[in-house]
Amino acid sequence: MPEIRNMTLNFGPQHPAAHGVLRLVLEMDGEVIERADPHIGLLHRGTEKLAESKPYNQSIGYMDRLDYVSMMCNEHAYVMAIEKLLGIAPPRRAQYIRVMFDEITRLLNHLLWLGCHGLDIGAMTVFIYCFREREDLMDCYEAVSGTRMHATYYRPGGVYRDLPAQMPQYQPSRFRSEAEIRRLNEDRQGSVLDFIESFTSRFPACIDEYEILLTDNRIWKQRTVGIGVVSPERALQLGFTGAMLRGSGIEWDLRKKQPYEVYDELDFDIPVGINGDCYDRYLVRMEEMRQSNRIIRQCVDWLRANPGPVILDDHKLAPPPREAMKGDMESLIHHFKLFTEGYCVPEGEVYVAVEHPKGEFGIYLISDGANKPYRVKIRPPGFTHLASMNEMARGHMLADVVAIIGSQDIVFGEIDR
Amino acid sequence: MSILGWLQQHVFFWMSPPWWTMTSILLQIIALVIPLMLAVAYLTFAERKIIGWMQVRMGPNRVTFFGIPWLGGWGQPIADAFKLIFKEIIIPAGANRFLFLLAPVLALGSALAAWAVIPLDATMGVTDVNAGLLYILAMTSVGVYGVIIAGWASNSKYAFLGALRSAAQIVAYEIAMGFALVSVLIAAGSLNLRDIVLRQDGGMAHWFWLPLLPMFVVYFISGVAETNRAPFDVAEGESEIVAGFHVEYSGMGFAVFFLAEYANMILIATLASVMFLGGWLSPLQGLAELWGGSTESLFATAYVGTFLGHGLHWLVFKVMFLLLLFLWFRATFPRYRYDQIMRLGWKVFIPMTIVWLIVVAVLVMAEVPPWFQRA
Repeated sequence: MPEIRNMTLNFGPQHPAAHGVLRLVLEMDGEVIERADPHIGLLHRGTEKLAESKPYNQSIGYMDRLDYVSMMCNEHAYVMAIEKLLGIAPPRRAQYIRVMFDEITRLLNHLLWLGCHGLDIGAMTVFIYCFREREDLMDCYEAVSGTRMHATYYRPGGVYRDLPAQMPQYQPSRFRSEAEIRRLNEDRQGSVLDFIESFTSRFPACIDEYEILLTDNRIWKQRTVGIGVVSPERALQLGFTGAMLRGSGIEWDLRKKQPYEVYDELDFDIPVGINGDCYDRYLVRMEEMRQSNRIIRQCVDWLRANPGPVILDDHKLAPPPREAMKGDMESLIHHFKLFTEGYCVPEGEVYVAVEHPKGEFGIYLISDGANKPYRVKIRPPGFTHLASMNEMARGHMLADVVAIIGSQDIVFGEIDR
Repeated sequence: MSILGWLQQHVFFWMSPPWWTMTSILLQIIALVIPLMLAVAYLTFAERKIIGWMQVRMGPNRVTFFGIPWLGGWGQPIADAFKLIFKEIIIPAGANRFLFLLAPVLALGSALAAWAVIPLDATMGVTDVNAGLLYILAMTSVGVYGVIIAGWASNSKYAFLGALRSAAQIVAYEIAMGFALVSVLIAAGSLNLRDIVLRQDGGMAHWFWLPLLPMFVVYFISGVAETNRAPFDVAEGESEIVAGFHVEYSGMGFAVFFLAEYANMILIATLASVMFLGGWLSPLQGLAELWGGSTESLFATAYVGTFLGHGLHWLVFKVMFLLLLFLWFRATFPRYRYDQIMRLGWKVFIPMTIVWLIVVAVLVMAEVPPWFQRA
């Protein structure tokens, strides 16, 4: 009699559902997963080591490239760690801008997650719908920082510059008709804040649109309900954070539990799941988008009413204005010193965590008093989530692995660092 | 011997009586297959355009003919075909060369062969077989071997999984489909497709979709499953098993699978139109009577009458409508999981068809008008 062996399937790194470069070695009994072994490291770029060799403010750009779908939240943790070591606090307006862009980033992340999760499970249309809204948010990134993704907008002591008074508009080209340009620019007549406000007023209807396609769809429910169930106790033991933990029914959100910046002044709720399956995590993230929309709205109102500085006036930490540099020797020296040598940070160590769209994103920073960090340790949320892959996928089918990867919301930039 | 006589004997021999039967069949096949392949090519274009509109994007709009701007995109299927023809066909190491190359031929061959018995209108059609329905069942089943052989011969685990899924899926859905066809057979009292259409004569209310509504739904959904279209595309399962059974195919090998898939879609839509939607019969038939007119005088109207009356164009419209449903499903639904498809097939469709089979038998025995009264 022939020996019956399990089949080993190499899932990725070149796989449509691998979310980048995940490589899973699956041991399968037919279509049923016996063991899932995630292999990581294919996107390792040595971010932590690179940060040790550069002045503090030159590593902000690397943080964007960790989780490359929620860029500014990564920056936020790093910048807050430096601020904590320096013992400074950014101006109030900068804090509001940061919170607003954190939430815009959360929307960016969740929209990409929803699109890809839908696509993984086979719902194509929701993917394109999500990217339609994502495009508008990318434009906000571009308006404030000049780039659509890797913004480097947050700086120790505030943000790089204030919100522009004019939203950039589409220019006519041979690919776009006049009517199309008019339609695209309709929302972009005012300031960036006007644009964001108009976005927040139409976005809830967009979420409804996604939910019509998915939430009550029988196939969607069959594919997600009861898949990858994690009990609350187990979720805590596995070190889950963010929507993964909240989906299991534990109300834990750093924005509420240890508020940073101005989150304690804002009104929002933490959605919590019940069963800890893919469907609950889906619902939690959908509700998080609605809550983020609320937060952005509140920030817009505050920012409208309260003009002011957005970065500290200390030119040892923040660059002097451009005009001053042209005429004032001291400003020129400040500028030169800041961008070559940087600044020395007092000796000490600090751990700072933010509620990143994917969970708790932490930066552990040790300074030996030099202008470069002695050690930077990044605590990515996705790493612990991916580590639970075996436990979540065992006993499910191949198609469910894809749903679980989607609901873990994995991005390899942060896992491999 | 005159030159004319020599030509007749050696060059134009195929026009002489003993050869002419074969020649005319060949010509008929060509006359059917060429429009069919064009329809397949433009179905891919329609799919990309229509799903594009559903997804607030444009779809292909660049490739055109002779630089005419408003034809933007219409050249795309042709350009795609050219690209695929000139790509290298890679046969993977360890693959069974013969089976690997046989599979796409089998898939496309059976999809085209089934067209032989489809009646296009009251007289048109390649052949008129008495047991047309059985022939169709046989041909559509052979197509699955293309998928299974492709998955087996590729020597790839992903392709193998796709083939296994396809095999299991086909077993479940062929049964449901077969029972749906049996109910049509009972209702029409004939295996001949032309007779089946003629039994539905008398207007929309007389078509079999009404008495056989659950069968129509089961047949169409099974058809979607048989052609491996979303939401039943587990054999391809792009995000799970990459491309399933055709993961190792490139160039024309891949293209032939695609042609087969789309040809099968058109076939399923045509069969559904023939068996449940009255084939080439006009939906306007019998409507004039409601306003005191008569169908005959309506169809005899100059010019428009030809359009309003029975004819091939109504079959085309019905097929197009059903194909639109195929595309619509794809844009709307997430993909089923493999075991959920099995459950739907075995636990929902098959019991449903068996029950309705009995219902139909009772209806026929009771000669329920307007469908089943004896002439």
